[in-house]
Amino acid sequence: MAEYQNIFTRIQVTGPAYPGVPLHPTDSARQPGIGHSHLLGMLGDAQIGPVYLGITGLLSLLLGAVAVSIMGLVMLDSVNWNLWQFIRLLPWLALEPPPAAYGLRFPPLNQGGWWLIAGFSLTLSILLWWVRTWRRAVQTGMGTHVAWAFAAAIWLYLVVGFLRPLAMGSWSEAVPFGIFPHLDWTASLSIRYGNLFYNPFHALSIVFLYGSTLLFAMHGATILALGRFGGEREIELALDRGTAAERGGLFWRWCMGFNASFESIHRWAWWFAVLCPLTGGIGIMLTGTVVDNWYLWAVEHRFAPAYPVVYPGLVDPATLPGAKP
Amino acid sequence: MKLNIMQTVVLAGVVLAGAAIAVTTLERPPVQVTQNGYRGVGMQQLSNPRLAEAMAARNQAPQSIVSVPDVGPKAGQLYKNVQVLGDLGVAQFARTMAAITAWVSPEQGCNYCHNPNNMASDEVYTKVVARRMFQMTAALNTQWQDHVQQTGVTCYTCHRGQPVPAYNWSEDTKPPRLAGLSAGQAGQNMPRASVGSTSLPYDPFTPFLEDRPANIRVQGTAIHPNPKVPGTKETEWTYGLMMHMSTSLGVNCTFCHNSRNWSSWEESTPQRMTAWYGIRMVRDINANYITPLTPQWQAHPNGPEGGPVQARLGHEGDALKVNCTTCHQGVNKPLYGAAMAKDYPALLIPQSR
Repeated sequence: MAEYQNIFTRIQVTGPAYPGVPLHPTDSARQPGIGHSHLLGMLGDAQIGPVYLGITGLLSLLLGAVAVSIMGLVMLDSVNWNLWQFIRLLPWLALEPPPAAYGLRFPPLNQGGWWLIAGFSLTLSILLWWVRTWRRAVQTGMGTHVAWAFAAAIWLYLVVGFLRPLAMGSWSEAVPFGIFPHLDWTASLSIRYGNLFYNPFHALSIVFLYGSTLLFAMHGATILALGRFGGEREIELALDRGTAAERGGLFWRWCMGFNASFESIHRWAWWFAVLCPLTGGIGIMLTGTVVDNWYLWAVEHRFAPAYPVVYPGLVDPATLPGAKP
Repeated sequence: MKLNIMQTVVLAGVVLAGAAIAVTTLERPPVQVTQNGYRGVGMQQLSNPRLAEAMAARNQAPQSIVSVPDVGPKAGQLYKNVQVLGDLGVAQFARTMAAITAWVSPEQGCNYCHNPNNMASDEVYTKVVARRMFQMTAALNTQWQDHVQQTGVTCYTCHRGQPVPAYNWSEDTKPPRLAGLSAGQAGQNMPRASVGSTSLPYDPFTPFLEDRPANIRVQGTAIHPNPKVPGTKETEWTYGLMMHMSTSLGVNCTFCHNSRNWSSWEESTPQRMTAWYGIRMVRDINANYITPLTPQWQAHPNGPEGGPVQARLGHEGDALKVNCTTCHQGVNKPLYGAAMAKDYPALLIPQSR
């Protein structure tokens, strides 16, 4: 029997397009044009649109385009406006924040000024997009959970690019815009501030990051496995527990003695996901402002284990008599 | 499962892209792991016997020239204008000269440095350079044993049969467009071999391996902040230098460091002390031996008149200088620790200026 599923859909349900709930009188109109995409229907809902752009969406896209254009043009300049080199070297290229000498002042444009302008535009763009997620949620009558989760990610973004540099008194501490450069910045930050793995908030963040993937896999697998009993009707089952919910719950009680309910599993997942950037942001915010060397902090708090010395007698040669600095 | 055309195309694309990434970025096994620290701290060295074989073939020390008794008159008494090696007997002197020729200019021969009609003349500039390099080699073997140990170095350690050592560096401090949008790129974000193709600052040599070097140590030394210590950007420069050291020695970071606390000497390996002296030795070489010879190369920017034409200056006009790779060339002990210098006594005694 043919059945409608997702990702591996051989049959696609193509009904009349659904225009959405009525708009509030003060809202601008949704963009016209509703269509169906067979290709995207393999992955999710085949209906594309209607899109609601509105003033926040429009401004957000414009400011985002400004930010990305500045980054792209600076990167293009760094390869002498050679388009092929731009494509080839793109993962290495970056827009760097100003040198430390400028502190929090506005530097010349090509000494980090463009970084400040791009960062300001990008931040405004992201905040406007956040407003949009809030307002669209309210408009559809939903809760604002998506907006709050997005806000958690924005917190971490603001910490690394704005709040921590502000607290450190220098834009130079901020993250560059670039693919490999932001990763090398991350490693350098960890090295400079004595190993972020000894930062307990970083540790919590990793717990919630890996925990999120674990919960996602457990939940996704449970629901797919219960599909033959109608387990994908999670909302109905949360209110009126049927055999699918009973079997899923029993499976986890057999495996680990405890199970989340059809409703609470989504709160588990939401909180794990949200706590990942929340705790991570706290950890980065404290780095360099309150704690300068996390390893030494962890030693003082009996949190870093001590290992036997393998090569006894090693000393810093710079401390030996007659040493050159 | 039967696929339609679209699905087949998508699947083929994914498989092709995956294969391309795997072939171009992964290293073919076997990879061997050698532990060099306490268990559980991840101090281990990775090696691949297949690659090690190729590396060994490129780093063989040449045969030593048959030794001669140190008899006969001193070279300094017999020949004119012998400012170094003058204490050698003529036979030993000739043998040492033959060795240098084999190490540095095997194709060009004696005349690469000498006027054949007047061997004593300093008119060929390479002779002046070679004399200074002699003093340098002897100084390294006598004053820098903290780094070169008892193995020592010879001309061959760097030159490997070429007049200009294959691995050198010159200043690379200017962005491609000085006044452009990207002038403030801080000398980074280009994949260069000097820093293992990372996006780190690609010329960590100018600040760290010359006269009046910048401070390599960037890590916080106390739990709570001290505003005098450098920030994340400076750390990227140190990181760049360390990538250079790691790639030029063919070792992992943990060859010297315990990565959980980079700055700790107590948790490091003895090799880190050797490396510390190595950094100072390279600064000494560049500041006191190479850079002062720059006028010689400025006068002959493409080498001696007889050729071969080869640049003697970097693109910013400075001399071609020394870093870890110049000697190490991918091996943690140059030439796998072959003790060549002991066969040439002149290289083991100080040569005055």
